Amino acid sequence: MTTANSVAGPKGLSLHQQRQRAAFWFLAPMLIALFCVAAWPLLRTVWFSFTDTSLNDLNGGKWIGFDNYLKIRTLESGKVIYRGTLVDPAWWNAVWNTVRFSVVSVVCETVIGLIIALVLNAEFKGRGLVRAAILIPWAIPTIVSAKMWAWMLNDQYGIINDIGMNLGLLTEKVAWTANTDTAMYAVLMVDIWKTAPFMALLCLAGLQMVPRDIYEAAKIDGINPVKVFFKITLPLIRPALMVAVIFRMLDALRVFDLIYVLTPNSAATKTMSVISRENLIDFDKFAYGSAQSTLLFAILAVFVALYIWLGKVDLSGESGK
Amino acid sequence: MTANKLFKTIAFYALVVVIVVFSVFPFYYAIVTSFATGTRLFEVNYFPPVFDWANYETVLGGRTFPRNILNSVFIATTTVVLALFLAVTASYALARVRFRGRGLLLMTILAVSMFPQIAVLAGLFELIRFLNLFNTPFALILSYTIFTLPFTVWVLTTFMRDLPVEIEEAAIVDGATPWVIITKVFLPLLWPALVTTGLLAFIGAWNEFLFALTFTSQEITRTTPVAIAMLSGASVQEIPWGPIMAASVIVTVPLIILVLIFQRKIVAGLTAGGVKG
Repeated sequence: MTTANSVAGPKGLSLHQQRQRAAFWFLAPMLIALFCVAAWPLLRTVWFSFTDTSLNDLNGGKWIGFDNYLKIRTLESGKVIYRGTLVDPAWWNAVWNTVRFSVVSVVCETVIGLIIALVLNAEFKGRGLVRAAILIPWAIPTIVSAKMWAWMLNDQYGIINDIGMNLGLLTEKVAWTANTDTAMYAVLMVDIWKTAPFMALLCLAGLQMVPRDIYEAAKIDGINPVKVFFKITLPLIRPALMVAVIFRMLDALRVFDLIYVLTPNSAATKTMSVISRENLIDFDKFAYGSAQSTLLFAILAVFVALYIWLGKVDLSGESGK
Repeated sequence: MTANKLFKTIAFYALVVVIVVFSVFPFYYAIVTSFATGTRLFEVNYFPPVFDWANYETVLGGRTFPRNILNSVFIATTTVVLALFLAVTASYALARVRFRGRGLLLMTILAVSMFPQIAVLAGLFELIRFLNLFNTPFALILSYTIFTLPFTVWVLTTFMRDLPVEIEEAAIVDGATPWVIITKVFLPLLWPALVTTGLLAFIGAWNEFLFALTFTSQEITRTTPVAIAMLSGASVQEIPWGPIMAASVIVTVPLIILVLIFQRKIVAGLTAGGVKG
């Protein structure tokens, strides 16, 4: 654009200035829209978390400081009482569930996704068919997959129990979603099934950028394929993998619909999003729920910042240009 | 040596078969179940014994489900059109014009697309109540903008960056304004990208659950995911699995057909939205 800079346009503005002015007007509608649906509601949520607002009277809230987070009160007897989200065992249970769910599901998805991607990166007959097949779980609405799996995992008539019993893997029928010991496994199973293909596609895109001659050279030198994978392939696709992992991790940390539908009201799987919505809408503890969703946002923000900083991830895609 | 190679080939194809079955079987089984009624529902069948359309008739002949489908179509379509309209000009500015703070702006947009939706739920609830949109489709169109708009802007920006500079320079030499460049020069080249992004945003809006659950309060204003989640029988013991599976198949089959038709484009769009650089 340097040559264009010197050309003077109408109103005495250089072409570059003209373009910048146009850019401003092009961006304005989008920025206003995003401010209205993202920034403003977020600020209001944070504000609500410092008030005692209730669902039926959104304008009637009074400022109560940090009481929704932590409230320390000393009784006359000298006994100290702690209240608020930060000392609420249900909240910490939800935090622990969310972290456990996210870490296990993202690790499994990455490993399975890489395996699928390596298979799809090889040349074989029917490759297009396999790629089409793995797109199916991704295309299915989360609610539908939750219901589908709820039926397959049904304790009485579910096909999973049937297959397990026939193969001798299970000795008795398991109530996968209702049993507190297995509810988390059920949720993880469905989530991994649904999102591993997405991971596979992202990994495949990374794999396809690796030049083929590297593999040829390694083959000629007689290097073990496993060693090739860990020493050559993995370091080369690391940037793509890091970005894919953070996208999935953020998705997993805010998980709501799958858990809400597959294991309703189960303390064993209740995540931060589920418990926040419960307080916001169902339990008429609007301000308390706001505090919890504000905490969730803060946790995610800290996580992303740390990840980008420690992993030196380039998300903008600008550096290569 | 050849025996070893044969073994490897067999193992490889076994893995391929496992991947395909793992991906396809659950939906296949939902289709099988959707054709089962009465006691057939309670025996495990790997093939539909008969094609009994009764569950489909129950769902589509019901009072509300056809209306739920219309709601979903209207909301998802409007959301996508709106997002694309706002995103085309914005992504031109982001991809083609150098200005200070561009990188920061791009990062902000990406950050918004990864917002935990629950964090804006309380604020959006207030906004929707204030605008008197509660329990209308417009509440959902407004709230879906939070994930469709940043996503479309982001993907269209990466697409637009890759268009050759020469075309634009030629237009500038001819005295074209930025608006003319977008509508007359770039838009015709962007159609494939618009279709892909639009489709991905459509799928996102079609599948959304949290906002749809919170901002609607009646059976006839619900979208299909909420309607399916709420389908229930006379008691907790009588979950109507047959109709649920039929409804699931109805809302999923169009998506799967679209995804398979636009397979290559979707993969390109997803990877542009996810990995680039």
